[in-house]
Amino acid sequence: MAATVDARGLSCPQPVIMTLAEIKNGKEKEIVVLVDTATSKENVTRASTSQECQVTDVSPEGEGYRIMIKKE
Amino acid sequence: MQGKNIFATRWGIIGVGAVIGILAPALQKLGNPGNMGICVACFERDIAGALGFHRAAVVQYMRPEIIGFVLGSMIAAYIFKEFQPRVGSAPIVRFVLGAFAMIGALVFLGCPWRAVLRLAGGDGNAILGLLGLTFGIWIGTLFLKNGYNLGRTQTTHTTVGWILTLIMLGFLTLMLVFPQVEGQDNSGVLFYSIKGPGAMHAHLLFALIAGLGIGFLAQRSRFCTMGAIRDTVLFGQTHLLSGFISLVVFAFLTNLILGQFKPGFAGQPFAHTMHIWNFAGMTLAGLAFALAGGCPGRQLFLSGEGDGDAAVFVLGMIVGAGFAHNFGLASSPNGVGPHGIAAVVVGLLVCLFMGFTMRRKIA
Repeated sequence: MAATVDARGLSCPQPVIMTLAEIKNGKEKEIVVLVDTATSKENVTRASTSQECQVTDVSPEGEGYRIMIKKE
Repeated sequence: MQGKNIFATRWGIIGVGAVIGILAPALQKLGNPGNMGICVACFERDIAGALGFHRAAVVQYMRPEIIGFVLGSMIAAYIFKEFQPRVGSAPIVRFVLGAFAMIGALVFLGCPWRAVLRLAGGDGNAILGLLGLTFGIWIGTLFLKNGYNLGRTQTTHTTVGWILTLIMLGFLTLMLVFPQVEGQDNSGVLFYSIKGPGAMHAHLLFALIAGLGIGFLAQRSRFCTMGAIRDTVLFGQTHLLSGFISLVVFAFLTNLILGQFKPGFAGQPFAHTMHIWNFAGMTLAGLAFALAGGCPGRQLFLSGEGDGDAAVFVLGMIVGAGFAHNFGLASSPNGVGPHGIAAVVVGLLVCLFMGFTMRRKIA
């Protein structure tokens, strides 16, 4: 089961704060982050990669994006 | 949805910072006020003056750069399919934050953009402003770490996302219908400064084109001066910071080439030397920008993308400029205004109140 972070509708820097908190404290190896803007998509991707996590997939979902992150 | 956004890369943001860093001193050469090639706060204050929201006769001009920022961002957002009408994330709080951000910026005499342009022009007082800005943003990051947030936005009608753009188009129309008349302090419904910084401006066409270009690039790159400092403090991420530094470096070089670099503290253009209040004014502005999630430029670019909450922040800044000059809160080259210090204290208390009380609970 992957953990889900729903950051849709939240403005900067909430999506990154929530993603980093899940990377740091969550138990699941896989995290799904839902965002609604291209800016949040870029920010979450950039922040996750800097935490030595892998962004395995980014796909459009609804009016936003679904980002799959894998913890090392 | 679309290919990789090259402007969102490290070199992309550095390139955008460089373009702004070159264009701002160039606009100064073409007529804009000293170390004020671009100042989002000052220019929105001038717009408030042009509309008669305040009657400070030296700062009244409908600045086309601001209009261009919003339109340019909207054009980019439409071309790259990023226009997303959204609203509803604590708009009234954003309005108040906008108003106090403006008041803080006018105690210092400049937004973060002008702070670095002042530095790049040799104005040492900008160092105090930038330190204050960083301190204010740092306080903001403490609130963010403790769960401060503005709540979620909702998708809405396209019309909602268009409102600030339409207001800006309305302003541009007013300017064309009631153009400046040499030696007259008003034309139709608009006020025009005949002396002071409001009387100094590049040709409408140059200002508008530069604004459109910067608006376009900033939308693509997500350029944000507050985010630059916030992300560095909060996450150790220097992506946006590299754009901000690039702006300073290129503005400095351009000033050298144009002979606009004059180092010192005293006698700098549209600046005062009251160090504590340069620091404290920008602390207030920095905290308000951090709590609102973007610098004044970024709020304009977000508005162009359809963010109705950012648009409310912009209107808050314009109204705040009215308060700042009507109540004697804004500084002048002689120092702080009669009630500027009180306003900074009140503003900081209001921001702290919001920071402490608007925690977590994201539905």
